[in-house]
Amino acid sequence: MRSRGHFRKNVYPSPFHSRLEPLNKLKEWGRWHDYLSADTYICDSKEYFAVRNTCAVFDLTPMEKTRVTGPDAFAYLDRLLTRSVEKVKPGRVGYCVWCDDNGRLLDDGTLFHLHEGDYRLCSLHPQLDWMLTSAIGFDVDIRVETHEVAALAFQGPTSCAVLRKMGLDDIENLKPFGIKHYAFAGTELMVSRTGYSGDLGYELWIDPSAAEDLWDRLFEAGELHGIMPFGGNALDLVRIEAGLLLCGKDFLPADGTVRPERTRSPFELGLDWLVDLSKPCFNGRQALLEEKKNGSRYNFVKLDIDGNKPANDSFIMLQNKTTVGHVTSAMWSPSAKANIAFASLEAPYGQVGEEFLAEIYYQRELKWTRVLAPCRVIDHNFFEPPRRRMTPAPDF
Amino acid sequence: MKKYDAIVIGAGHNGLTNAAFLAKAGLSVLLLERNPYIGGATVSREIYPGFKYSNCSYVCSLLRPEIYRDLNLAKYGLQIVPYGGSVTLCENGDFFGNFTDADVARREMQRHSERDAVAAVRFDRDIMRQCKFIRPFLMRTPPDPTSFKPRDIRELIHYGKEYYKLGEEVIYDTIRFYTMSIAEYLDEYFESGVIKAAFAGSGIIGSALGVMSPGTSYVLLHHAMGEVDGSMGAWGFARGGMGAIADAMAAALVDLGGEIRTDAGVEQIIVRNGRAVGVALENGDEHYAQVIVSNLDPKRTFLKIMDEKDLDPSFVEKAKNFKIRGSSGKLNIALDGVPEFPALGKDNELIRGDMHFMDSIERLERAYDDWKNGTWSKDPYVDMLIPTLTDPTMTPEGKHFMSVFVQYVPPKVNGRDWTDADRDAFGQTVLDQIANYSPNFKDLILDVEIRTPREIEAEVGLTEGNIFQGELTMDQLLFNRPFPGYAQYRGPVKGMYMCGSATHPGGGVMAAPGANAAREILMDLKRPNSVPEGWVDD
Repeated sequence: MRSRGHFRKNVYPSPFHSRLEPLNKLKEWGRWHDYLSADTYICDSKEYFAVRNTCAVFDLTPMEKTRVTGPDAFAYLDRLLTRSVEKVKPGRVGYCVWCDDNGRLLDDGTLFHLHEGDYRLCSLHPQLDWMLTSAIGFDVDIRVETHEVAALAFQGPTSCAVLRKMGLDDIENLKPFGIKHYAFAGTELMVSRTGYSGDLGYELWIDPSAAEDLWDRLFEAGELHGIMPFGGNALDLVRIEAGLLLCGKDFLPADGTVRPERTRSPFELGLDWLVDLSKPCFNGRQALLEEKKNGSRYNFVKLDIDGNKPANDSFIMLQNKTTVGHVTSAMWSPSAKANIAFASLEAPYGQVGEEFLAEIYYQRELKWTRVLAPCRVIDHNFFEPPRRRMTPAPDF
Repeated sequence: MKKYDAIVIGAGHNGLTNAAFLAKAGLSVLLLERNPYIGGATVSREIYPGFKYSNCSYVCSLLRPEIYRDLNLAKYGLQIVPYGGSVTLCENGDFFGNFTDADVARREMQRHSERDAVAAVRFDRDIMRQCKFIRPFLMRTPPDPTSFKPRDIRELIHYGKEYYKLGEEVIYDTIRFYTMSIAEYLDEYFESGVIKAAFAGSGIIGSALGVMSPGTSYVLLHHAMGEVDGSMGAWGFARGGMGAIADAMAAALVDLGGEIRTDAGVEQIIVRNGRAVGVALENGDEHYAQVIVSNLDPKRTFLKIMDEKDLDPSFVEKAKNFKIRGSSGKLNIALDGVPEFPALGKDNELIRGDMHFMDSIERLERAYDDWKNGTWSKDPYVDMLIPTLTDPTMTPEGKHFMSVFVQYVPPKVNGRDWTDADRDAFGQTVLDQIANYSPNFKDLILDVEIRTPREIEAEVGLTEGNIFQGELTMDQLLFNRPFPGYAQYRGPVKGMYMCGSATHPGGGVMAAPGANAAREILMDLKRPNSVPEGWVDD
């Protein structure tokens, strides 16, 4: 992929492609950066319910992975990220965001503390430019390892049972956001209890050379547990139910946003809990302190909407029809039996319990209808099964 | 003798546009062209049998879509086909390609610098911010900041508001952007020499400035603020060659009732009682009109076809001091087949885009050093394209036309006039450079048209062959273009106007100067405006 002739292929098969290809019944491939990636393998609904009912596998390989090591790795990351990195102990994973100097989000991601002082940052978009700029003065080594690690998200209630059947010792006692390392096919398999589904689930990380072996062992073990692949569409559904943001949809990366006012701070995305203003210095702190003092421009909210028409791209209005914001993500939630959405509203609107109208357009047999559906701001996730946090993890 | 409402001098794209909008407003218009053919620098001519060259301008992006649509140029056969990508071939046998596919483009950058591929996101954002700021002003007359006329004050307030809308950070950046060199600007984003060199090229095209000269950042913006069908910064070929643009405009003009006369060089703009009243042609004919519009550059207009005694001495000084230095040349080449570029390998889409050989900022600056020393660059910057890989209409099947824009080429060689021998030696320098990267190139050559500033000035009329009708530096932009106090298209005597690229918003096949000038003329004549408003970018 780094050879001079790389352009002869616009898109590359992932290390799991030989296994994904026959399972892709629709033969429709999308792209995720350098890799072929499917939005749907069989049927969005089947894949969605596999995640919620049994278990399903999502090819996570294209995720950007940046390794951070060196004596100042911790100090550096504590400066780069808005959250306290101290709380991400060795063998643990932390959700995190990072900002530019204006306190605007560049991306969100997960920080893996692989071994003492050895970190991997996973993100949707490559971050090297800002990461190197931020490293000035720190003794760290920052290296992109996106293509050196193959990864699967393995999510769903039977996921733990399948991994146990695969022979992963003591996996049931791995706590949420914990990491375990196993010997596998002459290399190392790293398992983290993480995911983007809000359900019981794991992510599996391995050298690309052992990717097919991992897939085969996983599907062998999962055969009687309803294992199947799931694509980007089903993933989008489960992450909305879980209350998780998507970069590019719920917020824009500040380094690529032409209109400066369209960027968002962590506070404006409801991510206050990821900002530790007690840290003496981190990227964006000055701006975020100012914002804390002067107030944010926007509130990010979860909405429970009346009716069953998904509020995609809807304007959110006051009762007097004044527009105060718009929906960023929306769906009918099959698991919560609720019509749900994320929305960005102009401050001060968006307090929990506040009622608005969602302007929804829907079509039935080429006839378009507009409804103003009452909706209210809620403070909980739409779907949050106890098994997500249970340790030891249940069998299903 | 018929008296016209307006006479426009020079049938380049701005003269054509200006005349078309005046005709559309109901004026009787005569457009005069010195050459036996129209187009000015927007021209395609058959110099070699069976081959059409885009002799001067060679690609299109800036042409304002408002004008394209309003003059119905599609109806008159104009089609702009976007082309893909660009490539810089390196001395070490490698290349850096700017591919049309976003992911492939990123991967290619990563191949040269993992970091630069990410920095490019920030770079594109910042260039796009500047584009968004400047584009709404292209179809507006620049306000005079010293004037107290309500209209100027209104426009200034509009400019100010738009400027402050950019936000704190972008306001700082804008001032730096307009004054920095392209080399310095790129240093703030990129580390790879070849990536910087690839972007720096559009900072010097058409300018007698080096990549390290202040002001060249803006020149890059001038090349990035165009579009093809809403895709900002994209470039395309006019199907049939750039002359297709002039031809479509001419057809529109004739349909609107305008009259075009070729072989009609203007000897003199006739001024009586401080007012321009007509023109005297080289053939002795005289034509009279209420309005005389010059599409020629200011030096040619005010120092050649106007009597200096009709002008204020300080104005004549301004014209004399106008910066319109020759810096570029061109080779138009007929080829018997597609040249091979071994570095690219077979079936590489990049051969359809613009090709370059400068792989470092240093080489670009050295090329400029040669110009300062009074010679053409020994290792020149070229912007080279083979339009016929995209456009099937310009050459016989299997044959190709190669357009090679070359910089730097001085207006005089070591202080003396160009000779034919100089011209041929210059051409050989360019051909040798191309052959360094393409072993079979020379064998394929059927014909070469070599154009130095001498040829461009003699044929097109552009002083020193300057492609922008005057350099695009801060001192000659906006309300200072072409001169302070004369940026609203009105000349120094009543009834006389300017509509060429020397006026705001400057050069390139944009047609905005011609349209803006028409709007001002119609305002003075108290006629309804026929010029469309600019489309606003949200």
